[in-house]
Amino acid sequence: MAVSQEYFKTFRDLPREDWFVCGHRACQGCGEAIAVRLILKALGPNTIVVSPTGCLEIISSPFPYTSWAVPWIHVAFENAAAVASGIEAGLKVLARKGLLEKQKTNVLVLAGDGGTVDIGLQSLSGALERGHDFLYVCLDNEAYMNTGIQRSGATPFMCWTTTSQVGRVKRGNLTWKKNMPAIVAAHRVPYVATATVAYPLDLANKAKRGIETEGPAYLHVLASCPTGWRLPPELSVEISRLAVQTGFFPLYEIVDGEFRVTVEIPRRKPVAEYLKPQGRFRHLTDEDIAKIQEQVDRECARLGIP
Amino acid sequence: MARRIAVEDSHAVALAAKMANVDVIAAYPITPQTHIVEELSRMVSDGEFDAEYINVESEHSAISACIGASAVGARCFTATAGQGLALMHEILFIAAGNRFPIVMAIANRCLSPNINIWGDQSDVMSSRDCGWIQIFAENAQEIFDLILSAFKISEDDRVLLPVAVNFDGFYATHVVERMDLPEEEEVRRFLPPHRTARYKLDPDRPLTFGAIGFPAIQFELRRQWEEALCNSKQVVKEVWQEFGRIFGRHYDVLEPYRMEDAEIGFILMGGSSGTCRVAVDRLRERGFKAGMIKLRLFRPFPKEEILEAVSRLKTLITVDKHICLGGLGGPLFNDLRSLFYGFQRRINVAGFIAGVGGRDIKVEDFEHMFEKVVKGEVSPEKHVFIVRGES
Repeated sequence: MAVSQEYFKTFRDLPREDWFVCGHRACQGCGEAIAVRLILKALGPNTIVVSPTGCLEIISSPFPYTSWAVPWIHVAFENAAAVASGIEAGLKVLARKGLLEKQKTNVLVLAGDGGTVDIGLQSLSGALERGHDFLYVCLDNEAYMNTGIQRSGATPFMCWTTTSQVGRVKRGNLTWKKNMPAIVAAHRVPYVATATVAYPLDLANKAKRGIETEGPAYLHVLASCPTGWRLPPELSVEISRLAVQTGFFPLYEIVDGEFRVTVEIPRRKPVAEYLKPQGRFRHLTDEDIAKIQEQVDRECARLGIP
Repeated sequence: MARRIAVEDSHAVALAAKMANVDVIAAYPITPQTHIVEELSRMVSDGEFDAEYINVESEHSAISACIGASAVGARCFTATAGQGLALMHEILFIAAGNRFPIVMAIANRCLSPNINIWGDQSDVMSSRDCGWIQIFAENAQEIFDLILSAFKISEDDRVLLPVAVNFDGFYATHVVERMDLPEEEEVRRFLPPHRTARYKLDPDRPLTFGAIGFPAIQFELRRQWEEALCNSKQVVKEVWQEFGRIFGRHYDVLEPYRMEDAEIGFILMGGSSGTCRVAVDRLRERGFKAGMIKLRLFRPFPKEEILEAVSRLKTLITVDKHICLGGLGGPLFNDLRSLFYGFQRRINVAGFIAGVGGRDIKVEDFEHMFEKVVKGEVSPEKHVFIVRGES
């Protein structure tokens, strides 16, 4: 099956060129910037990128500078999938009428968690349901980071943010993280996957598989954020690896409805190993951690992960 | 040769989009605009022309999808009304400020509350500062002609701005009228079948659209947008002149009626101008020197042409279908009194608000407004204001 293809077996298989280029204003250790660079390496220059408002848009496009060596458009916060729908439909009809040299150009959305799971959910749902041929990547750093670490629907349980403060009465975010890949999968789209920058070839292959899929594809990337997660920048990739190895963020893909784990974790590490290095979780008691562990165990069992 | 047909105004809109050979239609149903998108959907389904019809999940996404399509060089169209336009509000500015050619039909409808599907101009007037070219049409023929020409205006390299063509919800959308439908060849002589986009999302020539604008540059960008919008008036006039040469129907930014020797004149936009014309005739029969200006181009505001049209007028009666809540009456009243203040000759402006929420404006209503002005019964409490305090 074409979608399971390993396009990139080693780093040598990735192009040396970059289409998300240096000079951008991301924080040190920004997982999102690493992911974007890899995704564009995987997709190549025949790609149009749509970004909603968010970290990525502000770090990459301070007029008159740009970090985008591919065509890129930002319109607003809640409508990236709708803009991508118009781009895809426009390219399709212009190609049909013989007005384009290229018969196919990649349409890629690079969005944050706020622009995806909260304010952009409606337009994403509409675009998925209509079946546009595009890859939507949610770069999930688990809060509204560029506005100053406010909680989103993707913020984990009990996590500190500036709008889910740890006080005497309430201790962090009171809700469990919204399961966005499951919401997308419920639209019966042909390709859904998760990835992190700690498994870069897995990430690059999934991006490539997503864009090669006919119809909507969705890639949910846990994008480590040293600034918002209260983490030393040099641990950005390491924490992403721990998220996978503890089962906090399993790596899988759902191809035409068929689920498979792509990075097997034979012996899951305790979730405390993922939580402890991060300042945003430093208020957690052993009891709190046990509660989160229980939820992670339950979720892994649901997914058939040992 | 053109063919004379009977057509529902909504279908005239769809016919104009079809004859413009639009590539992408992104629309969401809302009364009283629904017949437009239903007809377009039928045309596309029947293969009458080749377009992508995107059934978006909201008006917000309709205008967003139009931006996407426009950004890759497609000719695109949408239609909305009332709440739909309000939901688009945020994106209207981006469509114009980032210079995306788009044509939108607006079947003017009252904004909630209370929920009301009938016609007034509170929808478009609440978006009047969105930087679009805003045109008002009266009947099927004008709607068809102005939508067709809107594509040419919008796509002109000197303009590159979206154009909204407004007409009355129900009073226009749901009536059947006589219209001359041009031949395809005539249309092609006027409007090329495809857009030529100089700036677009093209992998061979990567451009960044919608970058962040820091205070050091934002003011300049805003000013360029304002200049582009103001300069578009000349292109609007040129396009309409060319339209007249090809189709024999002549349009200008405003249309005076019996204004040559008029002392008191109405100014208004949209379908009520037909009723007003009858009122002007009746007032003339009664011996009054009455006249009327139908304003066709609302943004950019045709200052010079209005000043010329009112050069012999004593009093101008503005008829607004929208209240600038907590302000000074209606938008036309505000714009015109502003325009006349400091003008070398004093022109009184009497501001009336009428037709809100689909309330019919009858011939007698226009006569009544006129009589009130003649009798000097206008006062600020009733949204009737007189320039420089003359009463």
